[in-house]
Amino acid sequence: MDNGKLDVTKAIEAVKRIKDIVDANKEYLTELDSAIGDADHGINMSRGFTKALEKVKSNEYNDIGSVFKDVAMTLMSTVGGAAGPLYGTFFMKASMKLAAQKEADLSLLAQAFREGLQGVVALGKAQLSDKTMVDALTPAVEALESAAKDGLTLKQGLEKALAMAEKGMKDTIPMVARKGRASYLGERSAGHQDPGATSSYLILKAFYDALEG
Amino acid sequence: MIGILVVCHSFKASSGIAEIALQMAGEKARVVGVGGNEEGGIGTSTGKIYEALLDLLDECDGIVILPDLGSAVLSAKAALDFLEEEQKSRVLIADAPVLEGAVMAVVEASTGSSLEKVKQVAEEAHSLKKLRV
Repeated sequence: MDNGKLDVTKAIEAVKRIKDIVDANKEYLTELDSAIGDADHGINMSRGFTKALEKVKSNEYNDIGSVFKDVAMTLMSTVGGAAGPLYGTFFMKASMKLAAQKEADLSLLAQAFREGLQGVVALGKAQLSDKTMVDALTPAVEALESAAKDGLTLKQGLEKALAMAEKGMKDTIPMVARKGRASYLGERSAGHQDPGATSSYLILKAFYDALEG
Repeated sequence: MIGILVVCHSFKASSGIAEIALQMAGEKARVVGVGGNEEGGIGTSTGKIYEALLDLLDECDGIVILPDLGSAVLSAKAALDFLEEEQKSRVLIADAPVLEGAVMAVVEASTGSSLEKVKQVAEEAHSLKKLRV
């Protein structure tokens, strides 16, 4: 019976959808990264989530925290770029909130993603408008929290978060990068959408799609 | 003894820098390079850094990490999070030009200086001048 929450099956489905959507956008992410970075984001993300999917498929899980934790550990070691420790930390911090939980409703997932975002900020030291994944993740997490407060379902909350992440992602286009490889370009980084904000949007999209069943 | 861990996006770069730095100190210091992603391509791997740290922590009283660019710093910080508190307290990350910093750090380490002092000297590599007026 589908209660609309994120359980182990759907969490693994989300990892599969992330892998698929990252693969489908591999060239696109790499193209964005070649404009302002080192042109490896698509390849790195694809490698990381391919390994993460292999990992979670090969294990049995009793709680969603353990799924997130395995994703975190795999990303840390296999992505190869800054996205590895950053997304690794996102999933690791989120996994702590989800430890021993069989499923997550909107409120719990919002808390877990908030922890994840705080971990990313603590590690990368990026602020809003630095032209990073934080610009997509922050409005998305805020949307999840406000949707939880309004008593919406997980699916509805993720839909709102996705819209805010997309806006946040597009808002990075005129920004001048102050963090990451793109910051070496200074003013020349303006006019390009940030690859990290883009992959963050794609990850949220995959979570939303996974709940579709 | 204080060990130096050079973290680069390329294993060749990291081991080359370690080799150059070690020439300054011979047997009196430990310098190890770690670099590249899991598959040996350009990148950094938290797992590889973590393993290198564990090896060095066994042999050394403290470790100064010299990362090259952005993700090397982030991967190194993430690797630190996997260490025990006691181990973590023996590791510092230096904000320094990686080759110059490694050379200066090794020389300082070979004189028996403290962890903090080795890190500080590595960071002073920022002010090294190669061309004199």
